[in-house]
Amino acid sequence: MTRLTRLLVFALGGGVVAVAFILAASGMPHFGTTHHLYRDLSVPASVQHHTANVVSAVNFDQRAVDTLGEESILIASVIGAAALLRPSEDETERLVPEQGRTLEATRLVGYVMLPVTLVLGIDVVAHGGTTPGGGFQGGVVLATGLHLLYVGGSYSALDRLRPVTSFEIADGAGAAAFALLGLLGLVSTGAFLGNFLPYGVLGQILSTGTVQVLSGIVGVEVVGGMVVLLSSFFEQELAVRPRDDD
Amino acid sequence: MHVYAYLVSGYLILAGSYGIVRSRHLVHAVVCLSVAQAGTYVLLISIGYQHGGATAPVFGSTTKPNTHAVDPVVQAMTLTDIVVSATVSALLLALAIQINKRQGTADPDELATLRG
Repeated sequence: MTRLTRLLVFALGGGVVAVAFILAASGMPHFGTTHHLYRDLSVPASVQHHTANVVSAVNFDQRAVDTLGEESILIASVIGAAALLRPSEDETERLVPEQGRTLEATRLVGYVMLPVTLVLGIDVVAHGGTTPGGGFQGGVVLATGLHLLYVGGSYSALDRLRPVTSFEIADGAGAAAFALLGLLGLVSTGAFLGNFLPYGVLGQILSTGTVQVLSGIVGVEVVGGMVVLLSSFFEQELAVRPRDDD
Repeated sequence: MHVYAYLVSGYLILAGSYGIVRSRHLVHAVVCLSVAQAGTYVLLISIGYQHGGATAPVFGSTTKPNTHAVDPVVQAMTLTDIVVSATVSALLLALAIQINKRQGTADPDELATLRG
């Protein structure tokens, strides 16, 4: 297919989609409407389960089975990317000495922000049930925060700080623990991922029962998955070379 | 004006798709896909928005639980959307690296032949 035919096909399809979308949008409830059926159902359900952050309540309580599926997507993608990026038979893995230099200012910011970002990430995961945040968001903050060591320091320093094997285990253990907690809920409450922990006072860190625990578990899994994913890309760029280069 | 936010999301989806069609590099195509997916975030969030100072659906001692808040369900769906989008991008970028290694090019137009 030439570029021109492809553009024409897109113009036709895109045009139809655009017209259909405009028609659909003009028939939708007005932007900013006060009528939100899902909101009116999910907020009382969340308050009933003492969860101050309703988004977390939706993710880890009301639609927790969906989150299990989402977690499985994440782990499947990490496995897929790691399998695609591992060195093939005609490649070797050897870390090439690093060239270039890091600006002193970059180094300083990297080292100062590294602990700050890690603490922030832990805070976001730990307060997933009470304040904005949760396992997914905090996990990404933690995993990318670790890589400040690469920005400010070197790849070998990063390699020492994060042994990839333990993050691989964390990724798998997180996914398994989520399912296990679901089964515990099934045994004790009769519903998969049902809450079997006591509730506390709304707004306090341990008030939310399993929501906070599941959030923490997802945090562990996301950190593991992201670090494994990023490390495969790093290895590909910095270490994997064709064998005949030697 | 009440459809403006929805139209922005439709525009982003189409603009991203147009970028994929015109793409001359696989990494560029992956970035265009992210733009198209950003349109779905805008759509979800704008469906849940409420005029008149509605708060975020996070309550505590200062904001007592009430239903004068934006829709938390679409926000949770947006979160799912972002996670799926990130994983898809990661897989596609890994594929792009492999294609570039095997075929020596990342231009989709030069990948016309299939090889086993």
